[in-house]
Amino acid sequence: MTITVNGTEHPVSERQRTKRLIEFLREDLDLTGVKNACDVGACGACTLLVDEQPLRICTKQVQDVAGHRVLTIEGLKGIDGGLHPLQQAFIDAGAIQCGFCTPGMVLTAHAFLLHNPRPSRAEIRRAIYSNLCRCTGYQQIVDAIEAAAVFYGTVPRTLSHQS
Amino acid sequence: MADIDRRAWRNDAVGKVTGQTKYTDDLKFVNMLHAAPVYADFVHARLIAVHTDAAERAAGVVRVLTARDVPGSNRVGQIVADFRVFADDKIRYHGDVVALVVARTRDEAIRAAGLVRVDAEPLPAVLDPDDALRDGSPLVHEAHGTNVVNTHRVRRGDVEEGLRRSDLVVEEHFETQFVEHAYMEPEVAVCRMRHDGVMEVYGSMQHPFSTRRFVSALLGMPLSRVEVIGTPMGGGFGGKDDTAAIVCARAALAAKVTGVPVKLMYRRDWSIRESYKRHPYRVSYTMGLTRDGVINAVRCRILADSGAYCSVTPWVTWRSTVQCCGPYVVPNVHCDTIAVYTNNVVTGAMRGFGSPQMNFVVDSMIEIAADRLSLPALDIRRKNMVKQGSVTITGQELDDHSVAMRQVLDSVVKEFDYEAKLTHCTHGKGDDEEQYGVGLAMSYRGVSLGAEGVDFCAAMINVQADGSVLVETGVHENGQGAESAMVLLAAKELGIRRERIHYRRSSTSVIPDSGTTVASRGTIMGGGAVTIAARDLRRRMADVAALMLQCSPEDIDFREERLTVEGNRKSVTFDETVAEMFRRQQFPHAFGVFQAPAVTWDEEHGQGKAYFTWVYGCQAVELTVNRKSGKVRLLNAIAAHDVGRAVNRDMIEGQFFGGMAMGIGYALHEELVLDGGRIVNANLNSYRIPRSMDIPEMRAIIVENPDPNSPSGAKSIGEPTNELMAPAVANAIFNATGVRHYRLPIRPGGTSAHAPASTSVGG
Repeated sequence: MTITVNGTEHPVSERQRTKRLIEFLREDLDLTGVKNACDVGACGACTLLVDEQPLRICTKQVQDVAGHRVLTIEGLKGIDGGLHPLQQAFIDAGAIQCGFCTPGMVLTAHAFLLHNPRPSRAEIRRAIYSNLCRCTGYQQIVDAIEAAAVFYGTVPRTLSHQS
Repeated sequence: MADIDRRAWRNDAVGKVTGQTKYTDDLKFVNMLHAAPVYADFVHARLIAVHTDAAERAAGVVRVLTARDVPGSNRVGQIVADFRVFADDKIRYHGDVVALVVARTRDEAIRAAGLVRVDAEPLPAVLDPDDALRDGSPLVHEAHGTNVVNTHRVRRGDVEEGLRRSDLVVEEHFETQFVEHAYMEPEVAVCRMRHDGVMEVYGSMQHPFSTRRFVSALLGMPLSRVEVIGTPMGGGFGGKDDTAAIVCARAALAAKVTGVPVKLMYRRDWSIRESYKRHPYRVSYTMGLTRDGVINAVRCRILADSGAYCSVTPWVTWRSTVQCCGPYVVPNVHCDTIAVYTNNVVTGAMRGFGSPQMNFVVDSMIEIAADRLSLPALDIRRKNMVKQGSVTITGQELDDHSVAMRQVLDSVVKEFDYEAKLTHCTHGKGDDEEQYGVGLAMSYRGVSLGAEGVDFCAAMINVQADGSVLVETGVHENGQGAESAMVLLAAKELGIRRERIHYRRSSTSVIPDSGTTVASRGTIMGGGAVTIAARDLRRRMADVAALMLQCSPEDIDFREERLTVEGNRKSVTFDETVAEMFRRQQFPHAFGVFQAPAVTWDEEHGQGKAYFTWVYGCQAVELTVNRKSGKVRLLNAIAAHDVGRAVNRDMIEGQFFGGMAMGIGYALHEELVLDGGRIVNANLNSYRIPRSMDIPEMRAIIVENPDPNSPSGAKSIGEPTNELMAPAVANAIFNATGVRHYRLPIRPGGTSAHAPASTSVGG
């Protein structure tokens, strides 16, 4: 059994199959961008993309995503390997405060924009409904996603992230 | 300088948006053990024994710690040392911790925690703050002799006379709820005993110095042997003071006893069970006015539930007392505030710190009075609000800074087109399914700690030989962007690019104790210290540059990375000056201290100069209420706040929006429900904080009146934004439905996600 994370295939041992996916990523792979915050799938801080769909993984096991493509925040990059335009948009809009919800929020927004490059602000709000943020009141996050949409409408999607 | 940029900037944004930032739970050390707290299912009980043997034999368990294992003092607190790090004599609330299991893995620690057995004799619990005051009530702290934590008062003029001379006397009763901070990152600590005999502490906490005191007290070690290292933190909102420090102290004890690093990472349900909340208030309020809408007198009684321990209740309730009439001048005031111990969850600091409760009361009262007098509420506000030179209810003359109450009110009224919107309010009339309303509230707020506590802050600027700059202060980065503000202030004073400056995340072993990063004091206090340090550094650099340029040091101006002589425009670069200083064996280093201007307080009469300066804010909201379902839909919200001087505009706007959203949660969504002292909704799937679709589009109006009491001219913004949405929403709902709400959270349809809080007494 293997699991593909950010384009790299990792073998999964028998023992690791039933391990919590979030622990596998955070401890075995040291991908700590995914956050533990509620353990019940309510807050979205643990959101990853599995086959480009957002998934709250805190209640999942490694075997639940075996054979699928997992994208974590560490795997989201721009064409030049630097910041992805969506990440730059979050910075430019002032959408980052404590940053604890940010990885999950960015990944949710990325999946949304891949399929909806011209969203309304109401649609953006609906898209991030499952991701809680206590700092920003969401206003500048919506601004960031709206600003980044321009990029998704102009660049071939295959270049928009590594996976 | 180059900081005027349309794009937002903060020093830690790239790390956060790429997932590279290491929060406390992301830290790993070799051989690190994991700990888990043990709770007992009692609300009030005499502790007889904690049996740890079964847990100690469980797989992976290294140690099980209880109060017996504490080498120093088990009792800590910022005001009264009554908080038990481990329950010792009694269990006083459901979140008391009786033991800490230390094991090889977190799962093993959690499993073994379930094997700890507690013998305790249940005691009658006191769960209602009014009951706590009755004769014969069980006592939460027997040695204290009473359940009263503290009282405060304001005595001004003659209230009886004032009410007698009033044409209208309004008397109402209000109640507010327990509120959870719901920072996204739960409490967590990683501690290790270093080989040099220092206990090193990394933790999610907003008061490194208090954390150091708690660790030092628990371990019986001197402050110099405890080093608390500032670590990126996933939100605080006032909630990571006492409890978070205690979590660090427990982890430190485990690290000391086992001799290896220990991580104590809280689960959300533990966090909500144990951490302190916003105080629920019961407020009886009487206001007397003339028929023209002039407020003659206010009498109020405030009852606050402190829960099982004192925490900072005396300070929280003091602010409520000082600000008990909102931003209105009232000649006759009689206010009595009482805070009581109960066996409910402990309460303490939360963004607003005693003001959101009172602003809900006061700005509801203003509009109730306006309705009964058939006067426009705006007229009553304008007539009574503080103006330049006004004297507050505690006798403080507002004459040494710009009193911007009218400015922020007028900004909101104009930009929101408020008066036009008022004419469309439905007041429960007609038969539209969606009833429409708009509402407004305003406040002033004393800046920083005021007469609550010692108030000074340190900063260091250390220029390196290559011209790069290290800045460090005693202010903690809670996520709000404090570090970025410090960098921008230093860059401005020194006339250099912000890219030159690295904010060195401080350690308690380097920077002097500068108090806690609460009370919206980060920018004014830390920024004040940075500004003072930068001015000192300028003097040192100007002395050397004057020799290089053969001019007087006073003629040197710092801008665009150069030190320039005013007049002949000769200049040297910042780097050249630094190099020359090192050649002359002078350090381009400065230490700055900002000491808050003096305040005074007479506790007996509740009079004095309570705060050294004030901020002014106004917020409005537009909404609809469904006639059948009672569902509230927010359409728009706006806020204007005087920040003194804006240091980092996008971060300020972030404070506006985040504070308003939290205020909307307070108004409409959030209530921590206790049943017999046990929290019913102890996770984020049952405790409902606002989601993206609950929050409307918001606008921020930043008003600037640089404050002469602040070295940088900047004041504060964190808390004022959080204290106005509840009354604005209440007033808008009244204007939509004609129904006045006296209890938070407001649920117009009467539909409640949970049963009302239980007031029964039981064990």
